[in-house]
Amino acid sequence: MTAVTNAGGKVAPAPRKRRIKRRRVVLHLFLITMALFWIFPLLWAFYTSLRPLADTIKNGYLSWPTTLSFQNYIDGFTNANLGYYYLNTMIVAVPAVILVLLVSSVVAFALSRVRSRINLFFLLMFTAGNLLPPQVIIVPLYYMYLAIPIPHPLSDNGLLYDQYIGIILIHVVFQVGFCIFVLSNYMRTLPRELNEAALVDGASVFRTYRSVILPLCAPALAALGTLEFTFIYNDFFWALVLMVTGSKRPITSALNNLKGAYFTDTNVLAAAALMVAIPTILVFVLFQRQFIRGLTLGSTKG
Amino acid sequence: MPDTQAFGLTPAPAPTGAGVRLPPPPGPRRRYTVLTRRDRIVLGLMVGIPVAFDLIFIWGPTLASILLSFTNWQGIGAITANNIVGLKNYQFLFTQYTQFWPALSHNLIWLAVFVFIASPIGMLFAVLLDREIRGSRIYQNIFYFPVVLSLAVVGFIWTLQYAPSGFINSALGFTTQTNTIDWLGNPSLNIWAVLVAASWRHVGYIMILYLAGLKSVDPTLREAAAIDGASERQTFFRVIFPVMAPINVVIVVVTVIESLRAFDLAFIINQGTNGLQLLSTLITNNSISEANLVGFGSSIAVVLLVISLVPIVIFLTRVMGRTDQ
Repeated sequence: MTAVTNAGGKVAPAPRKRRIKRRRVVLHLFLITMALFWIFPLLWAFYTSLRPLADTIKNGYLSWPTTLSFQNYIDGFTNANLGYYYLNTMIVAVPAVILVLLVSSVVAFALSRVRSRINLFFLLMFTAGNLLPPQVIIVPLYYMYLAIPIPHPLSDNGLLYDQYIGIILIHVVFQVGFCIFVLSNYMRTLPRELNEAALVDGASVFRTYRSVILPLCAPALAALGTLEFTFIYNDFFWALVLMVTGSKRPITSALNNLKGAYFTDTNVLAAAALMVAIPTILVFVLFQRQFIRGLTLGSTKG
Repeated sequence: MPDTQAFGLTPAPAPTGAGVRLPPPPGPRRRYTVLTRRDRIVLGLMVGIPVAFDLIFIWGPTLASILLSFTNWQGIGAITANNIVGLKNYQFLFTQYTQFWPALSHNLIWLAVFVFIASPIGMLFAVLLDREIRGSRIYQNIFYFPVVLSLAVVGFIWTLQYAPSGFINSALGFTTQTNTIDWLGNPSLNIWAVLVAASWRHVGYIMILYLAGLKSVDPTLREAAAIDGASERQTFFRVIFPVMAPINVVIVVVTVIESLRAFDLAFIINQGTNGLQLLSTLITNNSISEANLVGFGSSIAVVLLVISLVPIVIFLTRVMGRTDQ
């Protein structure tokens, strides 16, 4: 604790030191209160999820537990077949994230190679598109999805509507705007000489992208990949509107449907909601640096 | 300068804009132009295909929303001259549709709470935690944890707090049928209940953005202010806050856009009705439902679009202008 008081300087008189110490205590009290408030809803959800319904009916939710078990998790998982919905999500999220990174890095690269007003215009267009509320475009998009024909292997009803490919497509188109913005800023910070060297060596444009620029963007791509996975995993809206078959929906959108039918009581629902959150909790624990980097790359330079 | 041009990094014919597709310029310069015809085609495709998709699936529908708002199309059959109703949808929306003003005011309340409460709290957390204090990382992790969660999950977690037999009612001792507070069902309460849940997530998001901004501030500024005898408060408001101007713009834009996009929480709780109407839920409830009022729903989408253009334009001019330098 002594180390932190260096803000006062070495020769700070004793009263000042004491005042600083008191302010620290107040600061920590404030932060601890807020932190408890922040974490409480989660702990409460976890606590509820561990209690059998009979116990909470008898004693109320605000009571000491008689038994705690993971039975609600087992019930929620098996009754609603959650494993299947995780798979639905992965069918959408994995290709979508890969495509978002691929397309946005290609576009950002090409725009960085050819600077002109038109390029700035394209950059503005992509970025602005990502900032629109999805509800602004949803109505025409819905009817487009019902009208655009897609051949059989990609779509089992011949349309974009109610298909994984349709959800993947809108995620890619929508998210690419943000990633192009971030990556083109990132590529600006790479030394120009790299491009020149590649050109002198006679590398084609594609070769320069693949062998020179892409490897250098690896940190930014890792950050954006983590962020985009979380965004796409968490998405509720697109699949809600652009998919009608409940059993095809990704897990986040499906949660709402499953609520009445399979998660019959609040305690099982709490367990289910926390299970849906598991992949994002893993991101929080394992890829925290990348996630935060992805969020902040867009707001600060590099 | 001549070097970079010779290497074709900024191709000489750029002023026309379509530099990618132009043939190599004739004359002595030609042998310096490293971008081959093939390279130009590749570059053109690299940009051209994604631009086409962006136009078809984002900007096309945006334009279509505007056009559809002047029709009474109901989603079936072709749109003919008979469907064109001029400004009737807007007239009905502003004067007769009872859901519109509540929805707009809910969006504005959402915006006000985010701008004046949630974002400042996030900024305050960032400022407090951007110092050498014990446990700073732990506090940061706790505040930022909700950011990774889906709004659907956030909705269910908070339902457990607000439910008639949930924590808040139990803690207040309201356990009988008659005295429980229906936080999510009461149309004058539920918007505030939802805003607490939404802010729970938004605060952490803003804290992260602001922390990153604070880290990028030149530390000598702080030292200089300390030497000049400025207090912590003075240092923040007179020195740090002004140099954070660019990030402040980002925060404002992010906050406004997030509040205009609000949809998931309201939809999960009651499909965005009965006290939780938002412009976004009115659009889907009118246009993509049994009602099929496509033209009318589009007029609400246009209102949302016009409001959204304010933060978007600010972002493009202030933030993109900065990065372009």
